[in-house]
Amino acid sequence: MSGYLVRRLALSATAMLGVITIVFVLLHVSGDPASLLVTQDATRQDMERIRQAYGLDRPLSVQYARFIARVARGDLGYSYRQGLPVTELIADHLGATFELALASLAVAILLGVALGMAAATRRGSGVDTAAMTVALLGTSMPSFWLGLLLIIVFGVKLGWLPISGYGGWDHLVMPAFVLGGFYAAQVSRLTRTSLLEVLAQDYIRTGRAKGLRDRVVLFKHALRNAALPVLTVLGLSFGQMLGGALIVESIFAWPGMGRLAVQAVLGRDFPVVQGATIVGAAVFLAVNLTVDLVYGWVDPRLRSAAQRA
Amino acid sequence: MAGSTLVFEAPRSARSAGRASPILRLLRTPSGAVGAALLGILLVAGFGASFATPYDPAAQDLRNTVHPPSLVPVRGSVHLLGTDQLGRDILSRLLVGLRISLLVALTVVPLSTALGLAVGMVTGYRGGWLDVALMRLVDAQLSIPTLLLAVAVVAVLGTGLPQIVAVLVIAGWPGYARVVRAEVLALREREFAAAARAVGASDIRILAQHVLPNVLPTVLVLGTLHLPVVIIFEAALSFLGLGIQPPTPSLGQMIGQAQDLVWQAWWMPTIPGVTITLVVLAFNLLGDRMRDVLDPRLRGLGPV
Repeated sequence: MSGYLVRRLALSATAMLGVITIVFVLLHVSGDPASLLVTQDATRQDMERIRQAYGLDRPLSVQYARFIARVARGDLGYSYRQGLPVTELIADHLGATFELALASLAVAILLGVALGMAAATRRGSGVDTAAMTVALLGTSMPSFWLGLLLIIVFGVKLGWLPISGYGGWDHLVMPAFVLGGFYAAQVSRLTRTSLLEVLAQDYIRTGRAKGLRDRVVLFKHALRNAALPVLTVLGLSFGQMLGGALIVESIFAWPGMGRLAVQAVLGRDFPVVQGATIVGAAVFLAVNLTVDLVYGWVDPRLRSAAQRA
Repeated sequence: MAGSTLVFEAPRSARSAGRASPILRLLRTPSGAVGAALLGILLVAGFGASFATPYDPAAQDLRNTVHPPSLVPVRGSVHLLGTDQLGRDILSRLLVGLRISLLVALTVVPLSTALGLAVGMVTGYRGGWLDVALMRLVDAQLSIPTLLLAVAVVAVLGTGLPQIVAVLVIAGWPGYARVVRAEVLALREREFAAAARAVGASDIRILAQHVLPNVLPTVLVLGTLHLPVVIIFEAALSFLGLGIQPPTPSLGQMIGQAQDLVWQAWWMPTIPGVTITLVVLAFNLLGDRMRDVLDPRLRGLGPV
């Protein structure tokens, strides 16, 4: 297990180094990195100051090494719009993003697994067709459109829910449903396929033959074995929810990292864009690492396979 | 699972699958037929009707703004789908926006495919330091949530049609490269590749004549599944104001501009919203069937 852990950690670390490299290249690909780091009305002197402060007048290799060292120390530069260190700004917004991602994950699990189970246990019936049609619509409906639709229906017409902002649980309902709904659609399709595969196995027939109740067969024998692929997708989805909720956070004015990133791009606040990209990737990698380790713990076969490899 | 691994190893070649042509098998199922019909209508609307719009999509009429859809003429002009806050005809904007969305997707997907295919084939076949370097790049890129990466690239390249195509290609190619590389790694060890090497075929010839035909079905499926993803990403960027810029209309931009008007004009975001959903639905229906017909092994794999 420890060998597996070390290898997996090393892979994540290399990927993170790659992410930092991509961000560094992005900064330089525009030709003049200093122009990305100042406001549009900056003077020539401002540009010179930035060049010196960030060492942009040094050779590229030196800049690259310094950039990595800076990020490793947790220094992501200053936001010139807000006059705050980017690290501080992101730390302020990370909590709201986590809250939304957790609620969305709950929606994805509850709705996705329930739909998938309903479809798989009644294969070929009207329930199956209805559940899979809902899932297909769910994957085809872009989140910005579903979000506005919910706002029109539940916010404007019915007036049941607040249409934007951060506050009590009622503020969380629509964003969590929109963000989680998309993943619920994918989870339901996967749960259905995976469960159908397991239900066709011999041990399920044995269980039924020896007179176990349907509910016991389904929950104790089938669902547990069908859960593994679903678990992987849920892990990946959680990582994406944490790093990629840009749209949902923007529509509902949710004060998270995604909205911060979008507003930074609109306001040409490049240090914040940079920081959000690095932190977003770090969170995504950390979630994936955790899922892989949990996976190895849940399914010992994978652990031994990894050791043999 | 145990039984299905045998199926995975069954040899696959374009010719042996020739019971019925894949296109026929694709259209014979209800979902494939519905998807194809829907896509056909949308293509005609986007690439035909959009050149004969009832009004100039950019023409403003400030006496006639935010008008609901109706068949009755208002001040002498009929606006079937209503007008927006500048009095522009929504139907005309919708048709041109549809063309832009389809055009972006049909440009981005072939470009991403070509790039990913080239990288995947070379790295999978050659191995060595180039393989290590490029695959680490792919790993790193796939660790950044796609929309976040796209937004970061927009921050550098700026907005506009060519920039958006570039952004989406940059975000799209690694998915192809990873899958193609894995296929090529397995294919280069197969007997037909060894036989070709033994008779002295060059690497380029082996890649072009023996490896490429075997990865093409997989790439075709990935491409079909990538189309709806590109449509959504372009619309998402334009919705945020980071994609296609006015005066060029796009579906996402129309929804974004209608955002503040949901109180009085529900139809303004609804019309482009339903249209995008239909486009994505058509591609999803076709993509799902295409995957089942051409490459059942990819079943359950999400979009690139």
